[in-house]
Amino acid sequence: MVRGLRAAWLGAVLCLVGLVVPRSAQAETLRLWHAYRGDEKAALEALLAQYERDTGVHVETLNVPFDAFLSKLQAAVLHGEGPHLFIDAHNRLGALAHRKVVAAVPDGAEVAPVLREAAREAVSMDGRLYGLPISMKSVALYYRTDMVTGPPDQLENLRQTLRAPLGAASYPLAYASASLYFHAPFLHAFGGRVLSDDDDFQFVGSEAEASLRFVHGLIEDGTVPASADGALVTQLFSSGKAPFAISGPWLASELPDGLPYAVAPLPIIGAAGEPMAPFLTVESVFFTPDGAASPRAAELGRYLFGTEASILRRRDARVVPARRDLPPSDDAFVAAFEAQADTAVPMPKSMAGQAVFEPADKALKKVLNGTMGAAEALAEAEFRFDDVQRPPPEPASTTPALLILGALMSLAALAMVKRARDRSFRAEVRRSLPAYRYVVHAVVALGVLVFLPLSAGAAISLFAGPPDEQYFVGLHNFWLILTARGGPLLANGSFYLVLLTTIAWTLINVFFHVSIGLLLGTLLARPTLRFKGFYRVLLIVPWAVPNYVTALAWKGMFHQQFGAVTAFQLKLAGLLGMNMEPIAWFSRFSTAFTANIATNVWLGFPFMMVVTIAALTSVPKDVLEAAKVDGASRWQRFRLVTLPIIRPNMLPAVVLGSVWTFNMFNVVFLVSGGEPDGSTDILVSEAYRWAFTRQAQYGYAAAYAVLIFLLLFGGTRLPAWIKSLRQRSRSVGEDEPGPVGRPVEVKA
Amino acid sequence: MNDEPVWYESLAVHLLLFAAVAFALYPVLWVVSVAFSTGQTPEPRLMPVPDQPTLSHLTDVVGTQQKLAGGEMRYLFPRQLLNSLVVATATALVGILIATPAAYALARFRFIGKDAGVRALLATQMFPAVASAVPLYIILERLHLLNSRTGLILCYASTAVPFAIFQLRAAFESIPLELEEAAMVDGATRFEAFVKVVLPAVRPAMAVTALFAFMSAYNEFILAATLLSKEEMFTLPVVLQRYMGEHGADFPAFAAGALIVSTPVMALFYLLQKHIVAGLTSGAVKG
Repeated sequence: MVRGLRAAWLGAVLCLVGLVVPRSAQAETLRLWHAYRGDEKAALEALLAQYERDTGVHVETLNVPFDAFLSKLQAAVLHGEGPHLFIDAHNRLGALAHRKVVAAVPDGAEVAPVLREAAREAVSMDGRLYGLPISMKSVALYYRTDMVTGPPDQLENLRQTLRAPLGAASYPLAYASASLYFHAPFLHAFGGRVLSDDDDFQFVGSEAEASLRFVHGLIEDGTVPASADGALVTQLFSSGKAPFAISGPWLASELPDGLPYAVAPLPIIGAAGEPMAPFLTVESVFFTPDGAASPRAAELGRYLFGTEASILRRRDARVVPARRDLPPSDDAFVAAFEAQADTAVPMPKSMAGQAVFEPADKALKKVLNGTMGAAEALAEAEFRFDDVQRPPPEPASTTPALLILGALMSLAALAMVKRARDRSFRAEVRRSLPAYRYVVHAVVALGVLVFLPLSAGAAISLFAGPPDEQYFVGLHNFWLILTARGGPLLANGSFYLVLLTTIAWTLINVFFHVSIGLLLGTLLARPTLRFKGFYRVLLIVPWAVPNYVTALAWKGMFHQQFGAVTAFQLKLAGLLGMNMEPIAWFSRFSTAFTANIATNVWLGFPFMMVVTIAALTSVPKDVLEAAKVDGASRWQRFRLVTLPIIRPNMLPAVVLGSVWTFNMFNVVFLVSGGEPDGSTDILVSEAYRWAFTRQAQYGYAAAYAVLIFLLLFGGTRLPAWIKSLRQRSRSVGEDEPGPVGRPVEVKA
Repeated sequence: MNDEPVWYESLAVHLLLFAAVAFALYPVLWVVSVAFSTGQTPEPRLMPVPDQPTLSHLTDVVGTQQKLAGGEMRYLFPRQLLNSLVVATATALVGILIATPAAYALARFRFIGKDAGVRALLATQMFPAVASAVPLYIILERLHLLNSRTGLILCYASTAVPFAIFQLRAAFESIPLELEEAAMVDGATRFEAFVKVVLPAVRPAMAVTALFAFMSAYNEFILAATLLSKEEMFTLPVVLQRYMGEHGADFPAFAAGALIVSTPVMALFYLLQKHIVAGLTSGAVKG
């Protein structure tokens, strides 16, 4: 056995060595991050391969998904691990500059004259160029050349261009209406804006409301689908159910080959008298501080921006270049988007600009599906915007906290000294010493890797501010949370509402877990059941598959267009003779919450079932026999004999399951994503959003985490505390015999 | 005097169980059918049967490549699979090495700080992972262990240890004290008795705990997604999650990847589930 132990140690050491040794040399390559897919990714890689052939410099690329880009970039640059160059959209420039991950372009003044006006404006700050624009993107009007004669002169005259009447379940125009990005062309046509020059919320007022009314009208008369996402738009356009679509260049790569279509700039809206003007996104090569200091990175940047590269990108990835000194393209597709770019409005690049979209999208959803009026929804959006933009709290003085800490520590020191003087204490210490030999490395490991981060995490809750400039604010974060940020106590996003949601979530889930688990466990424990093993093996599958996999699978099943639940619902409706629209599961709280619960119940019942089966084996048969002889019915036997016996056995598992459900981040985050409007978020996922989406408010999120912990800690201590209170008040009767049949544990 | 159930009662039970099995298996079968169907987006269908069965999604996922210095192409998926396996195995080993002596001490000795320690261990299970993600990132960065398998292993092992301690403590408690006392009477020290007599007796429990730690490390994705930013260092859950992005979910790739990733852990899980439950119901977790 000792030999085996030594082998295990050797194995562990070898593992560690094997992990440390093969680390790739990092020194001489340039690093470039991007979020491209498909043709653009291929074009970039071709360019970099050419660059390597020409100059011998290898460029290491990292493809980071769009959502994670900003936080990864910041974390990496902050610790010196970031790229030299990265390709991103210009509208994040404000956020990038705020987080100090972007530096001015070296020799930017030389480059500026070559750029189109809109592109230059998009990447300039304080008169300096901060990025090298390489493509301009906006949406435009796609149309099926086999179904319409050409683009309409006015949006209202869409139907007049149809060659033949449309079939059933068709819409003349498909676009993602509940997104501010896609609503912008309408907004700009009516003269509205999204943000003022001073970063004030401008998506309010008569122009905005007029644009909303107009689109609502389009939905009402069946011109536009009520709520479409990108995937639905693609499907409608390619299957011929929508001859017109508003989308960007990315749509082309998803259309089947040979589909007869063309692109044109968006038309005029007759009611507004102005053309629809979409948002313009200028993708650029940005330099990190490290990159700006490296002449080789500057060279690579200039190469990617150069005429040769721009022409290649235009030809192979079909994107509109930002330079104006190129020969005209002979590709009609590119020419159409180029024409559109002339009237497009660059997206706001300040940080406030990014904060507009979340509240605006929510308002759009509500107005367009009729749950709220335009004025009210926009006012709510403005309130939310101002709330997130609220200036950071004042730094608090650390003196009171330090005084309290000092007092506590001196009290603790005094107590320790007093104990040390006590002779019996010293004897106890001597007796404990041998145990410490076994425990010390666990204590060290857990101390550094578990308790230290948790304490640090808790400590962060006392700070606020941007991630690299945190300052002490005392209990301010807690105060903010507990006063629901100054709004009504049960307003959307308030701590109490999320707490109620979480409690409801936990109780409902545990109820179903335990009842289904008990039912199935009892059935499976029947002595006369055949195929028992077979059933058991299959019923445990939900527990066996990794839960993030099945959470994503359930999300797919609840998809309004492609999901299996939709198919089930339509089939059921068909059988019952009803004509139902596919339910949009994530557009209402009740249905989204149900979807989450369905997933979590599915995930959790096998655990309870297996626990029940194990617990049932401890019920002594003779007690049941005796009860049967006494005339007890099956239900009575179950309720009065079985249940009380298995209850103590199952209690730890039920408590554990409740804690896991309370903190079940994966299901809520991956299935409903908090939709609609953050209402299905539970405490943990809400905390995550504060840390990683709403401008990195780590202190606030940490305060949330501390509160979650206190709640759980108190909640699990509560039954024991109540029990001790009851025991104290019960002065007599301690010698009562326990209920019949409780197994008495004899420990060796 | 055994009462045989009436035939309609048996039928009802079997029907109920069959319905439960259908409910339990459906999403998994759906994933399987998407993995093998041609076409980018799944059709809303009721029966989870693959539409135009194809192996192309599986081969696409396994065959993703990355460009290296010098223009060479390197297969990513086998490397990412290796990352997951190495991290999970090492987590299990390190976790067991740390947890076993501590569990033994908790089972056999009385010492100052024992109760507080147990309660502290229980409490760590209640803190949400979100809270420790950011500080862990900073700690690992100071140790230059970001983007490394070693860093991940340290994080995973430390979160696996508390649960392992509880499982092993129950196992140790079920070994009669007489065994060690007999060894010590024969002249062995406490430690020798521990190593030569007790450890072999709990070998099955140690194996189970090790495999359980392996599984939780293999399935973990939040920490991996936060701490890893180099594609070739990704573990499998991070790879899968990236297929189901906000804009444009790649259903078939996700489904194919999910099949490949899940099959080994499911097999492992089946071997172990009896032991996991035994650990939880025989009172190992005492409040």
